Amino acid sequence: MPTASDAEKNKYSIIVPTYNERLNIALIVYLIFKHLGDFNVKVIVMGDGSPDGTQDIVKQLQQVYGEDRVLLRARPKKLGLGTAYLHGLKHASGNFVVIMDADLSHHPKYLPSFIKKQTETGASIVTGTRYVNGGGVHGWNLMRKLTSRGANVLAQTLLQPGASDLAGSFRLYKKYVLEDLIHSCVSKGYVFQMEMIVRASRKGYHIEEVPITFVDRVYGSSKLGGSEIVEYLKGLVYLLFTT
Amino acid sequence: MKHIVKIIALLVAISSVWIGLLQASIIPRSNTWLLPIYLIIILGCYGLLMVGIGLIQFRTCPHEVILLQQDVIEAKEFLKAKGVDVGSD
Repeated sequence: MPTASDAEKNKYSIIVPTYNERLNIALIVYLIFKHLGDFNVKVIVMGDGSPDGTQDIVKQLQQVYGEDRVLLRARPKKLGLGTAYLHGLKHASGNFVVIMDADLSHHPKYLPSFIKKQTETGASIVTGTRYVNGGGVHGWNLMRKLTSRGANVLAQTLLQPGASDLAGSFRLYKKYVLEDLIHSCVSKGYVFQMEMIVRASRKGYHIEEVPITFVDRVYGSSKLGGSEIVEYLKGLVYLLFTT
Repeated sequence: MKHIVKIIALLVAISSVWIGLLQASIIPRSNTWLLPIYLIIILGCYGLLMVGIGLIQFRTCPHEVILLQQDVIEAKEFLKAKGVDVGSD
């Protein structure tokens, strides 16, 4: 049974890949420490290719929160998510790793629920899902919801993945589990996130879900075109044959 | 084993049942030939149903935008007071 002293022994490294998120990263760090103040937490900011903006902000944040709790690491430019996470993992000294986006679509207020779920169930992975009660999405029009739902039904039927939100990237991993999975996955973008969860399911890792809300402020500027759908289908076929 | 192998195994099993039915003539041949078509139609309908249900039940959270805006204001105030430059985007 988890005890208070167990919670004290757990260290959580939060990896946040950023790309031109100079302001958002400051807000994210504030919210993380607001909601996880009682826990042993380190935020690893994977900085984007322009060190001037992000570096200054992170230095200022280090003044406020401590250099041991906020780190900046150079994010390899134009390399895949997997490489960025691998890079971040090297500096993650905790036994748990959280992956989240930097654009405030993933709200740090859900982090305590991730930790609580993990402590209660002993799960290897806790993934945020937008599709169950208590979760939700804002900022998607009907077409987007339709494609999302259709894609989900297709993936669930074909892959039996063991999670309701496959493409989500708001997750808590046991560190050794993340290391194992990253070395097994080769896809890019959101297919990478799908591959991680499907491989985890195949390997028998205990996966739990918590509802999260997702405020998409970016969607309006990008369209979901035919090429994205083709990429998705290619990803599904790849996962069908290799997992 | 890879998932595609499981799916193929399932299809093989269904096919052998179908061929068995063709051979045994329990059901009139003309109906049996059409069985795979019926199966595909049922699968298609099931898929559409699931998408439709999912769409109707799609959870939205308009209140979260307001909460987020409040959080952003709170964060900016705190950080500004501590000397973090939150003026520009």
